Amino acid sequence: MRKAFGPLVVVGAALFVAAPYFIAQAPYESTMGLIQKIMYYHVPSWIAQYCAITVCGVASAIYLFKSHPVADRYAVSAAELVVLFGLMGLITGPLWARKAWGVWWQWDVRLTSALLMELIFVAYLLVRQYGGPGSEKLASATALFGTATGPFVYKSVDIWRTVHPKTTVVPTLPSSLGAPLALTSAAFVLLFVVLLTLRVNLAERQAALDEMYLALED
Amino acid sequence: MNDGHLDFDVVEVADVSRHFGRRRALSHISLTARAGDIVGLLGPNGAGKSTLIAVLATLAAPNSGEVRYGNRPARRLGPGLRDRIGLLAHELHLYPELSARQNLRFFAQLYGLATRGPVDRALEAAGLSDRADEVVSGFSRGMRQRLALERALLHRPRLVLFDEPFTGLDDRAVGLASDRLRRLAADGAIVVLATHDLDLADGLVTRVALIRDGRLLSDEPASTGLRARYRALIGAT
Amino acid sequence: MTFLRTAWLVLRKDFAIEVRSWEILTTTLFFASSCVLVFAFAFVKEGRAVEDAAAGILWIAIAFSGTLALGRTFERERYGETLRALLLAPAPRPALYVGKLLGMLALLGIAEALLVPMVAFLFQAALFSRPLLLAGLLAGGTIGFAAVGTLFAAMLVRARSRDVLLPILLYPITIPVIIAGVRGTAALLAEIPDEATATMWIGILVAFDTVFVTLALWTFEPLMTE
Repeated sequence: MRKAFGPLVVVGAALFVAAPYFIAQAPYESTMGLIQKIMYYHVPSWIAQYCAITVCGVASAIYLFKSHPVADRYAVSAAELVVLFGLMGLITGPLWARKAWGVWWQWDVRLTSALLMELIFVAYLLVRQYGGPGSEKLASATALFGTATGPFVYKSVDIWRTVHPKTTVVPTLPSSLGAPLALTSAAFVLLFVVLLTLRVNLAERQAALDEMYLALED
Repeated sequence: MNDGHLDFDVVEVADVSRHFGRRRALSHISLTARAGDIVGLLGPNGAGKSTLIAVLATLAAPNSGEVRYGNRPARRLGPGLRDRIGLLAHELHLYPELSARQNLRFFAQLYGLATRGPVDRALEAAGLSDRADEVVSGFSRGMRQRLALERALLHRPRLVLFDEPFTGLDDRAVGLASDRLRRLAADGAIVVLATHDLDLADGLVTRVALIRDGRLLSDEPASTGLRARYRALIGAT
Repeated sequence: MTFLRTAWLVLRKDFAIEVRSWEILTTTLFFASSCVLVFAFAFVKEGRAVEDAAAGILWIAIAFSGTLALGRTFERERYGETLRALLLAPAPRPALYVGKLLGMLALLGIAEALLVPMVAFLFQAALFSRPLLLAGLLAGGTIGFAAVGTLFAAMLVRARSRDVLLPILLYPITIPVIIAGVRGTAALLAEIPDEATATMWIGILVAFDTVFVTLALWTFEPLMTE
């Protein structure tokens, strides 16, 4: 990961620089017009968040059963990014909804389950913050339950209410809209990888510093 | 489980460290306790005594190092190991809403023991035979303490761990408890007693391990002048 | 065998403690009824409950009183550090979880036996028109909620701020269970009870329960080691 970090930053930055151009080039969607272009930020935020949720869930499971400190560093870093990308999605979503549906918020499946996921991972961070010594383990159980129930959350809310465009919409987008979306999605995933690497790196430094404090005491 | 006869006569703490973030609770502790020993873990509050007891009891896992029970580390021994360990801490591990007999019966069954014999013997040893059916919350501190001690010893553990168990007891009660500990060690138990109370430890323990700030300062056979030794290594008592 | 015996012992012990004072049962029942009344003030308009409010109030009361009961139950195990004594026993540790879970289910079952008639009576809700389906929904929802709740309450015993962390963790994770319970119950309360929808939600609850209980049994042991 570390060797590839430099090139990743360059490619990611290039994609972000190129993105506005391609987004501007893409034709207006017939019914929503300009506002539809929020999609190029909105959808990639969720894709990046799903990546973060997966990393956090897997890392938490490893930490819970193997007590490997490296896994915990990945888990906490990914959890913070889940919250970050979730916030992006939750901010861009209502902006788009206000114009497209006429309301800020709809209790539809994607929104509701996104909000729940956001809550679960905020709870994860709260447990770590306020749970006292040993709360890393408790937090990892939260992440594990959150991740494992994700699909069920989605399914149950889906049956509960559905207004949102179906997931299947994305692959059938005309390529004039789809290509910029693929580009921005790639950019967001790269952004996720870069941020994760940086955050894990920070966690490693913190651990090394703790280590040095402990060594000093010894 | 094939470890029905799991037993050991030595417990080795090998280079055990345990930390909570930046706070070191135990730092490279190595210690050996044999059958017949009463090892006194002495040190001020917050020295790491309770953490070490929790690690010995398999309730906490060390960050590095391991504890070996007769040359086998805990993770290779499974739940059967817990059948050979008894723990009494300052919190007494009793349900105050239940009677003395109910408490003992419950734990006897949990350990897979017969409910009659061991429970009656424990009640007698605690001197509570005539008050067996009263609820524990009505007992004095001393009575609860004796009951808690017998509860912890119900399954005749090989390794007996005490964590500040005698605070708040009068001299007579402490004397009785000390006698009980001596008999346990004489019967071949490995006794580890964590305390900051030098009066209690003096004359009772056969080995002294002094710890402060999670570090082992000394580990030596008990001798007279424990107080002077403690003062020299740890500071004012 | 040891597994079931241990679970049974823990359950019986909790029952023996409870019958001394009936403290948790009475406080839980009273709290559950207070919840119903508080929500009634919010959702009754011109003498009639707003649409589907009865189902929602029933499930919210179950979730809230369940949280309270979980906190109290594990406070008992924390008081004399008896949870550590249980963990020290040679019995398989997940069996302790199962024993505690069964106790919670029994308690919530009693609470529901009070709540259902109460909601039916206060909101003119035809909760008893399909008793089997309602029982299925209640059982499925309660198991899902208590399975997560018991695990989290047990692990929070040694955490700081445990009182506030329990609901913070519990509600987002169990909301799907609540959704299933509320929607299933609401389907039963429709003009013409919608049996197909209720059955579907029971199916979803069964899936949830399976996931939650499996995960909890699997994670209990590592979570309980300090």
